[in-house]
Amino acid sequence: MRTNDVVLKTATQLVTFIIIIFSIYVFLQGHHNPGGGFIGGLMTAAAIILIGIAFDIKTVRRILPFDFKLLTATGLLIAVLTGIGAFIFDATFLTHTYDYFYLPLLGKTELATALLFDIGVYFVVIGVTLTIIFTIGEDS
Amino acid sequence: MTETEISSIFVSIFVLLGSLLSLVTTIGLLRLPDVYSRTHAASKSATLGVLLVLLGALLFFYKDSGLDARLILGIVFVFITSPVAGHLISRAAYYTNVPLWDKSVRDDLKNVSKEKRNRSAER
Repeated sequence: MRTNDVVLKTATQLVTFIIIIFSIYVFLQGHHNPGGGFIGGLMTAAAIILIGIAFDIKTVRRILPFDFKLLTATGLLIAVLTGIGAFIFDATFLTHTYDYFYLPLLGKTELATALLFDIGVYFVVIGVTLTIIFTIGEDS
Repeated sequence: MTETEISSIFVSIFVLLGSLLSLVTTIGLLRLPDVYSRTHAASKSATLGVLLVLLGALLFFYKDSGLDARLILGIVFVFITSPVAGHLISRAAYYTNVPLWDKSVRDDLKNVSKEKRNRSAER
């Protein structure tokens, strides 16, 4: 029985933004504080699954109209490419480096190439989690 | 009294009240008769208990590191989601025909859902 659950839908619309913004915050602070690609990816996946519970899997498919397995593949590709990128600068595989940049609004910021690797991890975790949950949850 | 003394008094009051409310929640879960009054205890007093403990933590870390955005976000988040969770639990219990306490006297939703079922049967 599909009942009319307005309360859950309205709360979801509000809460999803908080979860996604907090997951990006956790993802970006992972270099210096607890957090990183894995837990950030899991939280983003949790927000998307919350939309799937409150509305429908069809709604999620309409919001994100691509195959989540492709997201996993893209993440793995990014992670491998950051490792191979070290060869260009005559270093060994997966050598990482960092430097300080002056960005507008943020000021002096430390940007590390480990962030690129972490973006790969982030995509892989989102892709794998959503593939598992939506494959189990979908009516065939 | 110095500033830290006043703030530590407030921190202890908040944390003690919060843990007291959590204890009240637990006693309510054990003592109350049916699902609906139990979710009533669990969603209301547990929310306020967690909020007060988080408020105490916010005040405790204020003097070292300023306002912690994560704690404020946690307070707002618990305040939004916990009542919704209680609502959904008792709603799911009602629609799967979990009985009310035998001494309860009013069930307004019963007539509404019966009317709705009749209307959908007519169609």
